[in-house]
Amino acid sequence: MADSAALYRTVRLIRRFEERAVELVRAKQIFGGIHPCTGQEAIAAGTCAALRRDDVITSTHRGHGHVLAKGADPARMMAELAGRATGLNRGRGGSMHAADFTVGVLGANAIVGAAAPIATGAAWAARRAGSDRVALTYFGDGAVSQGVVLEAFNLAALWRAPVIFVCENNGWATTTRTADHAAGSITGRAEAFGIPAARVDGMDPEAVLAATAEAVARARGGAGPTLLECLTYRFDAHHTWEHTARPRYRTPEEVEAGRARDPLAVQGARIPVADRARIDADVEQLMDAAVRFALDAPLPDPATALDHLYADGTRVRAGAA
Amino acid sequence: MTILSYLKALNRAITDEMERDPTVCVFGEDVRAAVTNVTAGLVKRFGAERVLDMPISEQAFTGVATGAALSGQRPLIEYQIPALLFLAFEQIVNQAHKFSLMTGGQTRVPVTYLVPSSGSRDGWAGQHSDHPYSLFAHVGVKTAVPATPADAYGLLVTALRDDDPVVVFAPAGAMGRREDVDPAALAPVPLGVGRIHRPGTDVTVVAVGHLVHDALEVAEELSGTISVEVFDPRTLHPFDWQGLAASLERTGRLVVVDDSNRSCGIGGEILATAAEQMRLTAPPKRVTRPDGAVLPFAEELDRALQPSRDQLRTAIQTVAKAGGFR
Repeated sequence: MADSAALYRTVRLIRRFEERAVELVRAKQIFGGIHPCTGQEAIAAGTCAALRRDDVITSTHRGHGHVLAKGADPARMMAELAGRATGLNRGRGGSMHAADFTVGVLGANAIVGAAAPIATGAAWAARRAGSDRVALTYFGDGAVSQGVVLEAFNLAALWRAPVIFVCENNGWATTTRTADHAAGSITGRAEAFGIPAARVDGMDPEAVLAATAEAVARARGGAGPTLLECLTYRFDAHHTWEHTARPRYRTPEEVEAGRARDPLAVQGARIPVADRARIDADVEQLMDAAVRFALDAPLPDPATALDHLYADGTRVRAGAA
Repeated sequence: MTILSYLKALNRAITDEMERDPTVCVFGEDVRAAVTNVTAGLVKRFGAERVLDMPISEQAFTGVATGAALSGQRPLIEYQIPALLFLAFEQIVNQAHKFSLMTGGQTRVPVTYLVPSSGSRDGWAGQHSDHPYSLFAHVGVKTAVPATPADAYGLLVTALRDDDPVVVFAPAGAMGRREDVDPAALAPVPLGVGRIHRPGTDVTVVAVGHLVHDALEVAEELSGTISVEVFDPRTLHPFDWQGLAASLERTGRLVVVDDSNRSCGIGGEILATAAEQMRLTAPPKRVTRPDGAVLPFAEELDRALQPSRDQLRTAIQTVAKAGGFR
């Protein structure tokens, strides 16, 4: 079980990773932009601290934190964002599809809610294989009105599948308030299927860890799924295009209030100042090395653009011949 | 030799693969009771852990199969109705199919999607009569449309062993076929390898799925005047372009009969490829459903929109007589 310093380190790593990635977007070193998870780091840090390396997760379009917290190499992750041949996905996935099967990251998914049944299937398969592995799937508040998420709740509950549903409720589905897109409650949706559900302080890594540990124990013990609704706030844009497009949907006052409670400060207050400074310096070094690795990494060869389209190497016709 | 029905061939392929490979499992609606008969006997033989009745949640159980495949299982999903593929399209095309490329080859998604009785089932009307194989070929999902019992067996076995998602359409018009086969000779059929059911020298007819049998009947009727070669691609993606080119080297004339809607159907792609790259001595023709067809209910109306033998005969005669390209 992670200690306070380890949780702080994960939050700090994700925060600095996102800040450096946003800089690289501005410098046009990252093509296409990103969905920064700044402000939501406690959820990734707390949930993954309750998982084993061989447990699996599925992530979302706002997924850098999850992928890093589960153990992916920040350098190869940054290289992936920069579209490099040595990125996690060899430059084929980018920010929204980062995956690292060696540490149980079954991929970030760019269709809201679509990974909920995939994680449920992975959980079912783990049990079929006689393993006590669990699957954990993240989605935002915007996903709770996707039929496929509710269908996945039903299947997971019917089968008591070892899956943990983690809703990161940051109050906004892009520019629509939760209250304007979701009738009823989020926990109520799970409860309707007989799935235990809890609201968790998603700004506190230790609270998230405690709640997740309980859910993981339930799943490993054969008692089935849990939903955790983690209340959080997105400090930055929905996507970096907002930095130039500047759509108006949150007032500066709201953003300021939302940023008042920062997971970095919450967790940082729990460890000695000297330890915190040492961790910050370590993370800084790690991120410097990660950015250097990413920018020095080779670009993929356009001739390989269709590699991996099929697992068995089936080749398709070119677009011009 | 023994008589093998198309339905039994599907059932036997699944049974043999479940016997051979303990990771093969079956998902679908009413698969334990086997309402389509395709999964008859499976739950008794392999147990409820491997033969799962699903709630009416096509999107979710299609995604579950993807997750299970990412974790070492080889699920087969049976969809009772071809249009259910539209509900599951996102999970098949945008999820299962894309994982290999998007992850840079980190994983594979071996799932087989089986649609027994695809196309018109006679009187099942607008929402149960689609034949959407061209959609899957278009997006690049491996797509098989077996015409005969032996090919149904062989292609389904291959699909189950394939490391990528594969959709297998078993056309309603072929489900009743029976064939005298040597059971010991039943074998996997590779994807991307067509089959010439009848050799000929004047016109190549490319026929998809159940239409192979119509093409063979028309070829026989015309045999006194026109020598028709019947080419069955068996899989639409990958497609046996080499096999088609070799046939056109012999005939130089092409008719395609395809149960897709006309615009953007596989028939159009076959004509286009032949026109671009193969030997054609006369303008080719295709017989398809109309543009954007929705099959109406009444028998006369349902039939009116499907490719008919009359249409095929006329097309063959026209192409055979057509003046050559200059």
